[in-house]
Amino acid sequence: MPMQQDIILNVENLKMYFPIYRGVFKRQVGDVKAVDDVSLYVRHGETLGLVGESGCGKTTSGRAIIRLYKPTAGKVVFKGKPVNTLHGDELRHLHQKMQMIFQDPYASLNPRQSVFRIISEPLAVHQLVPRNKRKERVAELMQLVGLNPSLMTRYPHEFSGGQRQRIGIARALALNPELIICDEPISALDVSIQAQVVNLLEELQKKLKLTYIFIAHDLSMVRHISDRVAIMYLGKIVEMGEREEVFNNPYHPYTQALLSAVPIPDPEIEENRKRILLKGDLPSPANPPKGCNFNTRCPIAEDICFQEDPPYLEITPGHFCACHFVKPENPHSANIMNRQKEKENSVQAGKPVN
Amino acid sequence: MNDKPVILDVKNLRTTFKTDDGIVHAVNGISYQLHEGETLGLVGESGCGKSVSVLSIMRLLQQPPAKIEADSINFFGKELLTLSEEEMRAIRGDQIAMIFQDPMTSLNPVLTIGLQLTEGLRLHQGLSEKEALERAGELLDMVGIPMAKQRLGDYPHQFSGGMRQRAIIAMALSCNPSLLIADEPTTALDVTIQAQIIDLVKQLREQLGQALIWITHDLGVIAGLAQRVAVMYAGSFIEFGSVKEIYHNPHHPYTVGLLGSLPRPDTTRKDKLYSIKGEPPDLLEIPPGCPFYPRCTYAVERCKYEKPILESIGDGHLVACWEKERVRKV
Repeated sequence: MPMQQDIILNVENLKMYFPIYRGVFKRQVGDVKAVDDVSLYVRHGETLGLVGESGCGKTTSGRAIIRLYKPTAGKVVFKGKPVNTLHGDELRHLHQKMQMIFQDPYASLNPRQSVFRIISEPLAVHQLVPRNKRKERVAELMQLVGLNPSLMTRYPHEFSGGQRQRIGIARALALNPELIICDEPISALDVSIQAQVVNLLEELQKKLKLTYIFIAHDLSMVRHISDRVAIMYLGKIVEMGEREEVFNNPYHPYTQALLSAVPIPDPEIEENRKRILLKGDLPSPANPPKGCNFNTRCPIAEDICFQEDPPYLEITPGHFCACHFVKPENPHSANIMNRQKEKENSVQAGKPVN
Repeated sequence: MNDKPVILDVKNLRTTFKTDDGIVHAVNGISYQLHEGETLGLVGESGCGKSVSVLSIMRLLQQPPAKIEADSINFFGKELLTLSEEEMRAIRGDQIAMIFQDPMTSLNPVLTIGLQLTEGLRLHQGLSEKEALERAGELLDMVGIPMAKQRLGDYPHQFSGGMRQRAIIAMALSCNPSLLIADEPTTALDVTIQAQIIDLVKQLREQLGQALIWITHDLGVIAGLAQRVAVMYAGSFIEFGSVKEIYHNPHHPYTVGLLGSLPRPDTTRKDKLYSIKGEPPDLLEIPPGCPFYPRCTYAVERCKYEKPILESIGDGHLVACWEKERVRKV
């Protein structure tokens, strides 16, 4: 862990369960464990990429951190202050400093409000800017995100997807927040528009000294924008570390498989590439497997993985992983490709496997 | 060059839709030939006409409002546009099959997987119910669904997204078509499931030798899959050639821009992403000149008035740009 004062957000053992009710009396019969024991930290001014497949709990984590949900358990500390139990005015103050950009630019803007109303609403709610100054502030924000302030009186349907996302960004910036949770901000946009929005987010980060949690499933984009990366699987973080570390030296078998599944836009590399193909699908978070969550699909799972949940440990400085085979003395012992090679070699040499 | 026989020859395909706001020009004169066993990638952003262009070939668009015109769409010597609806129905699902984007909506939720799989077999190949079910079991097994025979009685909701897409692939392959059209078949899937499906398609292609048209907006997916790639923009092909030419030697400013805007999973880019300014044109009013003109950094006066023609720059590589000699990779 880095120095305490560098950390803007620290999340410990965050859990977010949604109850399942059944029967006439709506008895609670179980929980969907959308987020199950997530611990992470974010440093001032950096971008933490939070990656995983659909249903792994990355959006729920983001929403629980910013307190759109009340977490079931765990601790969220923002700038040295626990925020997981805040309510009322205190919670409103938190939202001045922590904002969110949503995935779908078509659903996250009220179609009946003008752009001015949308962007100025946080200003009105928090009463930070007097009424007669709001127009000025909205114009300033629109310019900041590359929109023409003269379009202030228009409605969302008059804008394209990329422009709408800019409106959402301007709304998030209205209160001068320090931390912005970007929940898949580009996945609904076309390829040529994605680069525009990502470049804008990067410029704004530099200019306004923002900290981002960038939630995404597009690993290429996460590699581009993040300083550090956390990989989620079925409600848990399986690996977290510096970008280059995670992408170049992935420890966890899931991270290895995930990285090898991403297509590379280069025909020559693709032609000679060996993929780690995972069997099967993501299990349901209402009924996660016993032991390690990943044991149903893991190519190297052994007995222990079906009995015990692996601890989430700092393997090398700043690089965390939750796998029974990844240990500080031998961090790469879960490398799937190496294991396959060893197996082949020992078969060739006529030795029994294991 | 490919010396296999041409199975599909499309000449100057144009598709328009009549709407209350005017005529939408979805496809504006595309031409290509597809050889036996070849895989063609059709790449472009949403609304560029890639799906409409293949739906036009299959004649799966309601006419009107759609209007499909072409100088010729020749499939194994048959002019598809002049066939009767009955003759066309005999080809669909039998010789040309299609895989759609969304595995959640392209299966009928109230019919069993077995029934949906056997429909084509009974209709096109005249198999009995028993024979068809037998074959359906083999097909599900071929696409890697465990305990295939027992699962024929399942309904689509009992299958996961990846399994549904496998079932749809089995269905498309059931009559052993000579042409398979896949319309963004992995876009709705997670990346690890996408890798499974692509691997499956590659295996089956080798095994069965179908020609394949694969539509996608993901330049990464097509790099490892296609032999030739057509890049579409506002209803036209703006660049066409072998994958290696398109990725390593792109000559249209749009292709160059798209490739430059892509981050890569295998290396970290130190520079900013290249971003193409502006937005794709409204298909209601396509400018008379080059459709990419308003966003292009190479544009000259001529581009505004005269639509560039697709011209060869060697090695079967075609580019539609007046300034192609000046265009450089970013």
